Amino acid sequence: MNKTTALITAGALGLTWSGTLLAADDYITLASTTSTENSGLFDAIIPAFTEETGIDVRVVAVGTGQAFEIGRRGDADSLLVHDTAGEEQLVADGYATERLNVMYNDFVIVGPSDDPAGISDSENVIDAMQRIAESESPFASRGDDSGTNRAELRLWEDAGVTPQGEWYRELGSGMGPTLNTAAGMDAYTFTDRATWVAFDNPQDLTLLFEGDKALFNQYGSLLLSAERHPHLKHDLAAQWHEWLVSEQGQKAIADFEVDGQQLFFPNAE
Amino acid sequence: MLTSDNAFSTALALILSMDSALIDIVMLSLKVSLMAVMIASLIALPLGAALALWRFPGRNVVIVALNALMGLPPVVAGLCVYLLLSRAGPLGEWGLLFTPTAMMIAQVILVLPIIAALTRQQVEALHGEYAEQLNSLGLTRLRMIPTLLWDARFGLLTVILAGFGRASAEVGAVMIVGGNIDGVTRVMTTSIVLETSKGNLSMALGLGIILLTLVTMINAIAHMIGETAKRRLG
Amino acid sequence: MNAHHTPPVATLELDRVDFIHRGHTLLKPTSLRLAGCQRTLIMGPNGAGKSLLMRLAHGLLTPTTGSVRWQGAQPAQAMVFQRPVLLRRSALDNLTYVLAIKKASRPELKAIPRKAQAMSALEKFGLAHLAKRPARVLSGGEQQRLALARAWLLNPQVLFLDEPTSALDPAAIKAVEDAVLEFHRSGTRIVMTTHDLHQARRLANDVLFMHNGELLEHSPANDFFTAPSSREAAAFIRGELVW
Ligand SMILES: Nc1ncnc2c1ncn2[C@@H]1O[C@H](COP(=O)(O)OP(=O)(O)O)[C@@H](O)[C@H]1O
Ligand SMILES: [Mg+2]
Repeated sequence: MNKTTALITAGALGLTWSGTLLAADDYITLASTTSTENSGLFDAIIPAFTEETGIDVRVVAVGTGQAFEIGRRGDADSLLVHDTAGEEQLVADGYATERLNVMYNDFVIVGPSDDPAGISDSENVIDAMQRIAESESPFASRGDDSGTNRAELRLWEDAGVTPQGEWYRELGSGMGPTLNTAAGMDAYTFTDRATWVAFDNPQDLTLLFEGDKALFNQYGSLLLSAERHPHLKHDLAAQWHEWLVSEQGQKAIADFEVDGQQLFFPNAE
Repeated sequence: MLTSDNAFSTALALILSMDSALIDIVMLSLKVSLMAVMIASLIALPLGAALALWRFPGRNVVIVALNALMGLPPVVAGLCVYLLLSRAGPLGEWGLLFTPTAMMIAQVILVLPIIAALTRQQVEALHGEYAEQLNSLGLTRLRMIPTLLWDARFGLLTVILAGFGRASAEVGAVMIVGGNIDGVTRVMTTSIVLETSKGNLSMALGLGIILLTLVTMINAIAHMIGETAKRRLG
Repeated sequence: MNAHHTPPVATLELDRVDFIHRGHTLLKPTSLRLAGCQRTLIMGPNGAGKSLLMRLAHGLLTPTTGSVRWQGAQPAQAMVFQRPVLLRRSALDNLTYVLAIKKASRPELKAIPRKAQAMSALEKFGLAHLAKRPARVLSGGEQQRLALARAWLLNPQVLFLDEPTSALDPAAIKAVEDAVLEFHRSGTRIVMTTHDLHQARRLANDVLFMHNGELLEHSPANDFFTAPSSREAAAFIRGELVW
């Protein structure tokens, strides 16, 4: 019996470590947002980067708030997020040395197809948000301090609405779960287009409002500080950072489509 | 639209396709959880037995703490391991964050209290029965530990399975410390969360069915081994 | 008397030993000397304190006051309980287990491997055909014989038995009593409790009589059965003092 136990132990140890040992050593860890990961963008562009440089990119998809925290603690080599103000703060605080525009996508408002608040013919997003608030139609908010959540809250502020009351539901969830919940309760919600297009469980939800410039969602890549976090793979991370804004990187982003729709629009300067 | 039919056919299609990504995910799930349970057992079985045999001041505090830790939310365990292994944390040097090893450590922390607390109960009961005979043979308490663990083996098998159940079912801890990295730290439960968040509910449920099937199979095998041995040994 | 030269059995001395549990005196102060290779039977009604006295003598319990001492070196001891405690393993493994942990052997078996030693003990107690059987599915009589075989392998100089036959049928009782005599023949001192007068008459060289947590008599068997010195012992022998 003891022999058996020893064998099982050895076997399991072998299994565990063989997996780790065989993996490529040249990789970076990228902290990014759930919405980007869920859209499938990384599956489309990372192979191109790996082919060019031999560097693999391991994506940890979390909320924007957590991504910043990971950057501050030095737990990832690179960040690709969409909260320009937060990104600039990270640079100002000395955790990152450079921030570059990479691409944008846009936010849209989805809701029940009978559109009880009548937002589909609104003039602009401010108008649409006001109509939802006035009609007190159910609205599902991420409520998780993510980039999307922060953008939504800025728009309520611009619309002069204090979002609260029975109709406004803060879920404290990622984009996917929020869409699932909104679909379940026939609520409006504010989502990035990429997650929406890739989302498979819309039920009665449909896209009701889009196209306002105020809905653009800028993505930035951050180069973390070698001074703060000397242990990180700065050389490899810099290659990724530069590739994203290079001609090849920008083209890979533009080429990524879901259901024939381009989801991200490269806009590196 | 999600129907359970469609989840079952998705599960079946997934299994039949022998998709290599899926196999990797299943293997990683098993590796992480089995290793975690094994390491936890190596520590918790003797620890639980020692706790059953020794009286010392504060013993009740330890027992209550262990019992309470059986209900430790996985996310909290994950968060603690995250802070420990984070570059800014005390063990940051090791560079273990977002690796299968980190996931294993988190699961060890989740499983260890269960195995230790339940082992303590089982060994204490058995010791009540054996104490006079073992004392008469002049055994030290240290020497009693292997004897009692071996003789409680059928009960302890169930204890270890309870630990495995918790390890293989939890998602909160492995999500935080593993990061759900595709091909590196993605396991069954984190895949289920991911597919759910993509609204791909039949895929999520299909993965759930596979996970449940695997766990059931492992339990069935362990149960059969236990029953056969029990019948042979009385 | 026996083929192997065993050293003379050490003398056990209890000096004003008592045992108090939660304010109840379960054993009143008792002084006692057990010398020589005797077959001592501890008698008395149920609850008299026989098991308690035996556990104190064997060292399973520590007296509240007083001392339990062996004159000279502490002898090898073994104990057989009323309900045998057998491990959840085969009969054979129960025996190899004690050989492994005690590193003891009978002198006549020393030369052979442990498993063979265990087999010879099983044979001696008529259990060889049950070697592979799980110990805990054996009948009561078989279990008690296995406990005796285990004690046999430990080659004790003193063997304690606490009502070893109280749950057995007559044939099994006979087997246990034969085993006790066999132990004694091979040089082992016997200390045994019973509340069975007939058994005591069959086995005892000397008798300790207890009643209500008190040792009332210690006398040679003949004297005890023919002329007990205490009223309680007389009543017990007449079968009037059952509890
Ligand atoms: N562990 C214990 N706790 C409390 N009382 C006990 C314990 N063991 C024995 N006793 C009490 O001590 C007395 C003597 O018990 P015992 O020695 O078992 O009697 P017997 O002569 O029948 O063997 C009884 O009254 C019994 O209830
Ligand atoms: Mg008794």
